[in-house]
Amino acid sequence: MLRLDDVTKRFRIGALGGRSLTAVSDVSFEVAPGEVVSLIGESGSGKSTIGRMILGLQPITSGTITFDGRPVRQGKEFYRGVQGIFQDPFSSFNPVFKADRVFAMVKDAYFPSVPGPEWAARVEDALRDVRLNPGQVLGKYPHQLSGGQLQRLLIARALLLEIRLLVADEITSMLDASTRIEVLNLLAELKSRGLGVLYITHDLSLGTYLAERTIVLRRGSVVEMGPTGQVFGGPLHPYTRELLAAVPRLHQPWDDATPVDTCAYHLNGGTGVLAEAGSGHFVACARLSTCQ
Amino acid sequence: MTALQEVTPQEREGVRREALYFAVRNGKLLTGFGVVAVLLVLGLVGPLFTDVPPNQYGPRPMSPPSAEHWFGTTTFGQDIFAQFVHGLRSTFAVGAIGGGIAAVIGMLVGFTAGYRGGVVDEVLNMLTNVVLVIPALAVLLIVNAYLGIRSVAVQGLFIGLTQWPWAARAIRAQTFTLRSREFVDLARMSGAGTWRIITREIAPNMSSYLFMTFILLFGGSILIASSLDFIGLGPTDAVSLGLMLQNATQWSALQLGMWWWFVPPGAAITAVVGALYVANVGLDEVFNPKLREL
Repeated sequence: MLRLDDVTKRFRIGALGGRSLTAVSDVSFEVAPGEVVSLIGESGSGKSTIGRMILGLQPITSGTITFDGRPVRQGKEFYRGVQGIFQDPFSSFNPVFKADRVFAMVKDAYFPSVPGPEWAARVEDALRDVRLNPGQVLGKYPHQLSGGQLQRLLIARALLLEIRLLVADEITSMLDASTRIEVLNLLAELKSRGLGVLYITHDLSLGTYLAERTIVLRRGSVVEMGPTGQVFGGPLHPYTRELLAAVPRLHQPWDDATPVDTCAYHLNGGTGVLAEAGSGHFVACARLSTCQ
Repeated sequence: MTALQEVTPQEREGVRREALYFAVRNGKLLTGFGVVAVLLVLGLVGPLFTDVPPNQYGPRPMSPPSAEHWFGTTTFGQDIFAQFVHGLRSTFAVGAIGGGIAAVIGMLVGFTAGYRGGVVDEVLNMLTNVVLVIPALAVLLIVNAYLGIRSVAVQGLFIGLTQWPWAARAIRAQTFTLRSREFVDLARMSGAGTWRIITREIAPNMSSYLFMTFILLFGGSILIASSLDFIGLGPTDAVSLGLMLQNATQWSALQLGMWWWFVPPGAAITAVVGALYVANVGLDEVFNPKLREL
């Protein structure tokens, strides 16, 4: 459904774009219908940039991103099938308008012919789907609602469009623990209805909760990618091991990450090509930065 | 159910009605616009009630306000009330034309540069900076002297064409911070185009800021026009508040104790600009839902 081939993003920085910064380099993966793929990486690893490129909000420097075989392009037709939700719900709403304006915008753009009362009923249904009480959230300004309510309003908005792919960029990081699990369960339910989700996060435990496949991103490159069980159960790349070691655990002190001296996948070193370590489990050379 | 009805297509109208509801209940806004309206009406209808041409010399020079001459007379016996109401008219005109043109250019350049960014921004910013460092008054002097500008409208036009750069810079900076907000992306994902995003998403967030820009440009245009009038490059056939102030200074009204000559024009300029400021604070409270609850 969604396919990325050797996607690279370079930002031009400095006066008149004199210098460049590579945020994403040669990333390739696919998301199938009804599949949740989690994209994990620390801040600055380029994961949000990938999300924005998939949504057509940022141009691609090289490579291709296709949705149903067609390159992504801003426009009503594309956004009918693909939507994104971002990290900060407070910034996703225009503060001078009421929060339910996001629904009115969807109606204006996609369903101008649906009669008002019917639309109102659909909005109510979508709100109940995300476990919101319509009477509590409609007609309010964003600053009168909580982060969890706003985030769920955005999910309800995506539901109204009957989308097939959702790019969820850190959608739970501003939510409290109980709301977080509700949102995740909601995603799981949507997934069972055939929605493909690209779940972008820096939180490994949330990444494992839903995802069939996991992609670990480091400095703009994929270092390890495969079925979630394999990536988390038998991490091959030292960076993935480091990440896993850094997950906080109860009753157990952190152990220091073992330094990398050897790399079984050094053959591919320097080229950025991933080696297949198992069925569907790919890993990059661990000494990529040092081997030439 | 009442809340639900607001999600219907009439929503936009509802927003306007709501703004109006708060507008007519805002004291600052009403006071500010009230003062401006009174002076504007005075400038518009006042000249109809004075039969004396504003610059005609009269038989009774230097007389203080009286029943015959409401605002007194000048050293040459000219009726100051007649000058005042005519002056208000041209002052409002030059402020509206100059401020209006500058605000429109400033917004176009500011929004385009701020929203587009990149090379477009670099080019527009360069242009803005070039116009910004041109000594506007000197250019206006040359243009007015060579083209022999003698009408309020053309004077306003030239003032507008030289006044916009700082407005463009301010709006550009504000647009920069707003365009990276996620609600812009959300609007984009709702199928909105660039123009719609600028007018419906970004501009409403800075509506009072935009109005303030206009007020400052309006006041600035009046002051520049007064300066031009002062050096004799203003409209010759008209009279303006700036010209009145200048004449008062030139003929030592202050030293001669003729307060009635300079107080009315000075007070009127102050009142117009000041009242617009107060109105702007009120507008901010009307448009910004967070301030309404205070």
